[in-house]
This record gives sequence, structure tokens and C-alpha cells, in this order.
Amino acid sequence: MTPQQIAAVKGRGIVVRGNDVDTDRIIPARYLREITFARMGEYAFYDERFGAQGKVKTHPFNDPRFQGASILVVNENFGCGSSREHAPQALMRWGIQAIVGESFADIFSGNCGMLGVPTIYLAKPDVERLMDFIEAIPGAEIEVDLEKKVVKYGDVEIQARINESMRESLVKGTWDTTSLMLEAKDEIRKTASALPYLTNFVS
Amino acid sequence: MTGKSLFHKIWDAHAVRELPNGQTQLFIGLHLVHEVTSPQAFQMLRERGLRIMHPERTFATVDHIVPTTSQERPFADDMAEAMMQELEKNARDFGITVFHPGSARQGIVHVIGPELGLTQPGMTIACGDSHTSTHGAFGSVAFGIGTSQVRDVLATQCLAMNRLKVRRIEVSGRLAPGVYAKDVILEIIRRLGVKGGIGYAYEYGGEVISRMSMEERMTVCNMSIEGGARCGYVNPDQKTYEYIKGRPYAPQGTAFNRALDYWKSIASDADAPYDDVVEINGSQLEPMVTWGINPGQAISVGERIPKLDSLQAAERETASLALNHMGFTEGDRILGKRIDVAFLGSCTNSRLSDLREAAGIVKGNKVAKGVRAIVVPGSQQVRLAAEKEGLDRIFTDAGFEWRYAGCSMCLGMNPDVLQGRDLCASSSNRNYIGRQGSPTGRTLLMSPAMVVAAALAGAVVDVRELLPTSQLARN
Ligand code: SF4
Repeated sequence: MTPQQIAAVKGRGIVVRGNDVDTDRIIPARYLREITFARMGEYAFYDERFGAQGKVKTHPFNDPRFQGASILVVNENFGCGSSREHAPQALMRWGIQAIVGESFADIFSGNCGMLGVPTIYLAKPDVERLMDFIEAIPGAEIEVDLEKKVVKYGDVEIQARINESMRESLVKGTWDTTSLMLEAKDEIRKTASALPYLTNFVS
Repeated sequence: MTGKSLFHKIWDAHAVRELPNGQTQLFIGLHLVHEVTSPQAFQMLRERGLRIMHPERTFATVDHIVPTTSQERPFADDMAEAMMQELEKNARDFGITVFHPGSARQGIVHVIGPELGLTQPGMTIACGDSHTSTHGAFGSVAFGIGTSQVRDVLATQCLAMNRLKVRRIEVSGRLAPGVYAKDVILEIIRRLGVKGGIGYAYEYGGEVISRMSMEERMTVCNMSIEGGARCGYVNPDQKTYEYIKGRPYAPQGTAFNRALDYWKSIASDADAPYDDVVEINGSQLEPMVTWGINPGQAISVGERIPKLDSLQAAERETASLALNHMGFTEGDRILGKRIDVAFLGSCTNSRLSDLREAAGIVKGNKVAKGVRAIVVPGSQQVRLAAEKEGLDRIFTDAGFEWRYAGCSMCLGMNPDVLQGRDLCASSSNRNYIGRQGSPTGRTLLMSPAMVVAAALAGAVVDVRELLPTSQLARN
């Protein structure tokens, strides 16, 4: 598998407000009972979108104005909690291709990178303005440019931050770490053979 | 020359090479696998025609989905049975060891790793579960990873990682009776925040940590991730070595003595530099309880739930969401809140010492009317050891349910779930909305002793009022 080069993501925005949105909220544990990721998209934010007996609640992911959106905008520490890749899988399979926010939990953003979904950082006031813009003009196009490290919308262009190694591997299309790391079989062997606990502590 | 921290020593010894994007390709010495986050990874290997690079360094168990009322196969829950069979098939096809329910070695992955002697100082450890940080209690560097990374480790025995910064957290003094490892870590998270640890490894030290047993250190390291830190660790010492000695996967005979040389060499040097240092006076800590929807929203049991205007602006929004979900009022007391469920279990607090401490409080008492109380040992070995000491009888005589090993009510993906708006006193690690299986359920995190005290009283109480005098003399 050769992953594609992702230099930019363009699309409509969707906003999920609030700090510390954990992965249990993004996908409740009872939907982790399936042995493939295939249906995870249906379960994104399930308990926030549906009440008892499947009653539809007010939530951006249910809002007709935001269907087809691909750029999710969030606040602080998004994706904290469980390491479940089901969370980014659910968002990706729902249609999200990039996430812009104030900050992300480590494991969550690492998981996103493995799926080719960039996590991009903006300062709080910039996030708030972007959120307001999307809610005011739902269908408007947002662009996340990974090469120039900017987020563009309307006539605004804001400087963004992104983890440099994530940016590099997405832009160059080297985010399939399995293939990449397999290239170094000899070096892996060399490192292993110098580890005392793999050689019965005989040096 | 300045010294090095344990984190950097282990990192450097396991660094295979630098990747083009600046990350490190890091060798992983021990890979632990469980039923829920692995099937998709094995499937990806099949699709690409890949094998496991080090099947002998890969060990699997079942904990998340398995029932804890009966371990009989087939499981009553079809999806649990299907997941179990999938794991067994993957283990057969790829040649790895599974500690299945029939093996007497099954249990929560973070309980059995140390218990079997798999977890050792100086290792890198990975598992598709965020609480892998637990294994850092042994002076290892242990990361929770996602499923695509599980695929990476299976296929290459490596992870692509950014090097972390290291924060030393020094807990001085001595804990008062009734104050436990759980209270220490809840206080650390309250102080540094749930995202304070992003980008950091936490090194725990100081007199309080040195005096802790290995099981207590595991409780502290376990919840590093709740503070945002990808991993947390304690430098290995005599207690670490004694704990490991003689366990099934520990180095045996003369190899053990050789291992000691390595283990001693990887502890942080006295002059190791840290990116940040935080000091906490352990003598002042009190039993802690969470009042909100993340583990940082904690207070000591006698305190009042914070008033919104006393909080920083950034915290206010989550706090008001929390009050709303919990049905609590700002300025309320947490003491006296009536509970519906008491859960003693999870990889944070389900080891023998936790059960002993709790049983000491329960002995001769009864669970309050209307409270559903369950005790779920972290592993089959813990269960057996507890039964040998008669702890199970103490619990069941008091009206607790006594279960088989598993994650149970920690996460709501097996039959153990809260109903409706149940308020649960829980020894687990997460109080997120919906975490215990009911979207409207509510969780109060606390130490095992506080959990059983709440079960007996039917409400949140200060465990220090119930402690047997023998324990008050503990220190
Ligand atoms: S006990 Fe809870 S936190 Fe620990 S591994 Fe199981 S589900 Fe995760």
C-alpha cells in the first residue's frame, strides 16, 4: 500500500464545541464490540446524537446543514482518554479528513496521523472565529494547506501549527509507517541484539 | 558530563534509526495484545501478507469484553464469543501465546503483565490500550497505542514516535492513614490538569513513591494518561527486583543476577536533567473524590464542589457541563451523596493489596440497602490468592458480588453497566460521560477503601472514620 500525498484538505466545516471531548464521547465502548472498523462511521458521537430508543438529538453531526463536511473544528484536548483508534476511524468514516483545534491528546493525534487525517493547531481566538464563521455560513469552503501551514476561509488566511513529523509524512506520502519501518530490517536486528533482555542478559 | 534520565537511557537503547520525518523508529521489547483493539490489526497483516516479527515477544489476553459472572464457553454474549474466537484464531495463525480464561493466567492486561514477570525494568512496552502506562511502575517505558500502531508493532516490532519531554514529579513526606496511591495520582492530575502532561513522560519519585509497594506504584503510573502523559514511570529499586524474582517470565538463576546489573544501570542518574520539576507535599493529602466528568475534576472528600466563578475561564465550560451531567450544584458537599452502585475493580485498583485494604474495612459490615456492589479481581491469580485468604467470603458475607477477572464495569462493553442515572462509587480511572455503559450514568472516582466505605454507608463518606485502629497505626 502506498499512501497518497496529502498536501491540502479542502471542504466544508463542522464544529464540535467544548474542551476535553474524550474518545468515549466520540465513540461509546459498546460500539467497540465489532471486529472490523467498517461500520464505525455510523457510531460517531452516538450518545450525543441519539437518545433512548434512537431519538434524534440536536448535534452538529445530525444537522443537515453540515452533512458532507470534511473539516472538523474543535477546542482543547480533543480526543483525550482511551487509545481506541475506533474514535478517529469513526470520524474518518463519517467523512472527516482533517481536524483543526486548540489542542489534541497525544495518542489521538498519533492515531489520526496513521490514518492520514491531519490534526492542526490554531490559537484559541482563531479557533473561535473559525467556529463562528462555519456556523454562520455552513456550506462555505475551508482549506487546510499543509505545505504553507495555513487555514483559509472566506478572505481570511491564518497561520497554523502542525506537528512537523506529521506534516512531513502526510505531504510526502510516507505515513504508512509499517512499510517505512520494515525497510530497516537489519537495523532492527542490530538494535535487538544489543538489548540485554533479549539475549538472556549475556553481553 | 551530565547524567541521563531513565526515559532517555531506554529511548536511546531502543532507537533503531531516525525516520525521514524526524521521528524515531523505536524498538518495542514487549507487546501486549487484547481482544478489542487487535482484530483489525491482524486483518491488516493478512491483507498485506505480513508476519509477526517477534511472536515470542507478543502476548495476548482477554479482558475488555469477557463476562465476569461466568467464564464458561461459549460466552452467553455472541459478540464476546466471536471476539474471543477471533483472538484465538489470530494467535494460532500468527504463533503467539494467549492467556485465555482456561489458563489460570488470564486477567486485565495491565495486571497480568507484571504478575507474570513479563514487565521488567529497562524495556519498551506497547499495548493497544492507553493504560499501558501502568507498566512504568517497573522502570520501563510503556506506551498505549492505536490499532494501526498495533499493526506496526506486530509487523516490525517498532513504533514511529516523537521523543517526549520528561517531567519529574516529586512527592515528599508520608501519606496519612486512609490516603492511598489513588489519592496521590488524583491530586497530581487535579494540580497539573488533564492535558498538563501532553508531550511529557512523567517520572514519579520522592519519599512517598519510594515507600510505596509495587502495586501502589502501578496505581500511580496507571493514571498518567488521565493527566495527558503518554507514559509514567518510577525508577526501579530493591522492591522492584524482589517483586519480579521468581515470576514465570522473570529471568531465572544466574540470569537474574545479570539482569540486576542492567536494571540498576537504567535508573535515572542523580544529576539527570528534567524539562520540568513539580513538587507535591504528600503529607498534606486527603482522600480524594471526583465530582465531574474528567479525572481532573477532583476534590478532597471534605471539600465543597468548586463554585464556577472560582475557576479559570478555560475550566468553567467543562465544569458547568459536568455539574449539569452530574446533577450537582456548585458549592455542594460531595460527602453524603447517595450512591446506587459501588465498583471495586479495573487495572487501576484490583490487585491483591487493594482487595485486602478494602476487605479490612468491609469485614463484619453490610452493604447498604439498595446499593449494588461488585468486586472484580484484576486477574485470575488475584482472585485465587484472595480466595485463599478468605477475602471473597468477607465481601460476599457483606453483600458484594464476587466476580471473575476482567475490565467489567470500568468501560461498559460487557454486561456490567450502569442503569439510567445511577451514581457509581468506582475504583476505576475514568469518569467520562457514558464511560460505565449508561449515557446518563454518573461516576465518582476514588480509592478502593473509599469505594467500599461508600458501599457500606450507601453514600460518600470519609473512609478515615471507618478505618480499623490497626490500620490507623499503619504508618
Ligand atoms: S480495566 Fe478499564 S482502563 Fe483498565 S484496561 Fe480495562 S477497560 Fe481499560
